[in-house]
Amino acid sequence: MTDAAPIITSGLDHFFGTGEARKQAIWDVNLEIAPGKLTVLMGPSGSGKTTLLTLMGCLRDVKDGSVRLLGIELNGAPEKQLVALRRKLGFIFQAHNLHESLTATQNVMMGLQVHGRGDPVKQLAAAHHILGLVGLADRRDYLPGNLSGGQKQRVAIARALVSNPKIVFADEPTAALDKVSGRNVVEMLKALGVQRNTTTVMVTHDNRILEMADRIITLEEGRVVKDVVQPTKPLQLVELTKS
Amino acid sequence: MSRLLQRLFGRLPIGWLQLSHSKARFAAALAGVAFATLLVFMQLGILGALNSSTIAPYSFFDADIIISAEDANTLTDGSNVARSRLFQALGVAGVASGTPLYIGSLDFQLDGGSTASLQTYALDTQGQAFVTRAIAEQFDLLIPENTALIDTAMRGVPTSAFDGLRAGQPFAFEIKGKTLTAVGTLTMGGGFTADGTLFVSDQTFLRFFSGRSSGAPNHILLKVADGAEPDEVVSRLRTILPAEAVKVQTLEEAANADLAYQTTERPTGIIFGFGVLIGIIVGIVIVYQVLSTDVADHLSEYATFKAMGYGQPFFLGIVFEEALVLAVIGFIPGLFFSILLYMGMSAATGLPVEMEIARILSVFVGTLVACCLSGAIATRRLAGADPADLF
Repeated sequence: MTDAAPIITSGLDHFFGTGEARKQAIWDVNLEIAPGKLTVLMGPSGSGKTTLLTLMGCLRDVKDGSVRLLGIELNGAPEKQLVALRRKLGFIFQAHNLHESLTATQNVMMGLQVHGRGDPVKQLAAAHHILGLVGLADRRDYLPGNLSGGQKQRVAIARALVSNPKIVFADEPTAALDKVSGRNVVEMLKALGVQRNTTTVMVTHDNRILEMADRIITLEEGRVVKDVVQPTKPLQLVELTKS
Repeated sequence: MSRLLQRLFGRLPIGWLQLSHSKARFAAALAGVAFATLLVFMQLGILGALNSSTIAPYSFFDADIIISAEDANTLTDGSNVARSRLFQALGVAGVASGTPLYIGSLDFQLDGGSTASLQTYALDTQGQAFVTRAIAEQFDLLIPENTALIDTAMRGVPTSAFDGLRAGQPFAFEIKGKTLTAVGTLTMGGGFTADGTLFVSDQTFLRFFSGRSSGAPNHILLKVADGAEPDEVVSRLRTILPAEAVKVQTLEEAANADLAYQTTERPTGIIFGFGVLIGIIVGIVIVYQVLSTDVADHLSEYATFKAMGYGQPFFLGIVFEEALVLAVIGFIPGLFFSILLYMGMSAATGLPVEMEIARILSVFVGTLVACCLSGAIATRRLAGADPADLF
């Protein structure tokens, strides 16, 4: 059951549409993603980055080929298993997708309550702590409607990270952030990798991030065209240790 | 509210937060549920009025068994019964006493030229009383010729018009060219077939209905002897009396058969029954629309939850929570306006349109079930979808 790599794809294809309109979006992708590393998927728009990310993150049914996520084959897995698996993952989406009628803290708590009732006092403390880490201590009881785009994105990041996921999938997480906070977010994800062996897979166009990546995979028209492993740079800022 | 629900569900009350977040939409949803409730209440109210106005005349009589013509479905239709059946029946073991019942319709002239049709019941007022005490106590007043007890709740006449009569001042009025004197009162009210009720002695009745004979009443009322079971007496009577000419029923059976006939075989009953059905369907459609729109509006938020690992029971929980909130909060104004409209309808038609506890409870449970059912259907779209497709 246990694979060395948290994500292994082999012979992965994906099609959109049916019949005449059927179009292949992913062509024979074979990847092994190393644990605890920051892997970046890049490529021009329409190259299948997000599709690949959602296939690996069990947000999209794997129908052709194989994805093994944390040792579990996704192709043909029952819904129940997918739901259980999703709870071990953290997602950061391009759009923040916060629930409009929940406050920042409540949104973050949703990331904890998925694991069961738990202790509300501890959950609240954990939510407040992580909102502090993303620099939103003073906005934690705001509704998303009263937060800026960057602040909303930081709440979404806090929500993804609050339950200590094994793998974080991020789709352009820094698009709505300024240079400093974008960098902070990525550094946080990297620190998680070092401290908790959290694996991060990130789709991005953001050149500022590339230099921090451990591995850069480039896609074009649904195929992997370039795969570069970079030497790891020492971290300068480890915010996670603060509390 | 939020805290109460949080304790109830052991999680953030997302349904409630979601509903109360956009006040305008919440108000619209509540209005929808309230309207659906109102619709069902109105239809049930009318049907209930038909039911109680059909049953009401039976409660007027103090008898155990009623013998009617074979073709009579209600108190007022069908052929007459030969009085000789009464004497046959009196010979059956367990029958203590009996009396012929005469029924007719008289038109009461109202101020302004219109008329109110009064269902007129007539019994022998000299012998044993086969009516409720309130009427039996006034039998002495009916001994003089051409006297009647008049319905103070009759349609078209304010009940205050009878204040003088209640104080003991009889008044005379003209019917069919003859003078009838109201000497006492009864309270029945209008139904679907008549505007009110008159009670007279059999002698007075025969004087006003010259075509009728004392030998052919509409029904025969019987009382059973002390200790005799009405059901057993009925079956004995059925063996004696010819089934092709008369039918024998306990008074309760007759009332229920009348009700069944009115509601399933007469156009009015069928129409009101359809009204209830349509009301329920429209109500469910409204509630479904409210909830499915809500699900559709929050689809991307739900997709995020789904991506985070929340399963179908969680979404059902949210929608049920919303359904519960809408059902409970929407029901209250629905009930309130229904009671107001009942009062208005009752005042306008004189029909017994009344709110009953059993009706309130059943409509409430129905609202709850309809809300939950609609919610369950509304979340189905979420069940099969890949989270990635929902963004």
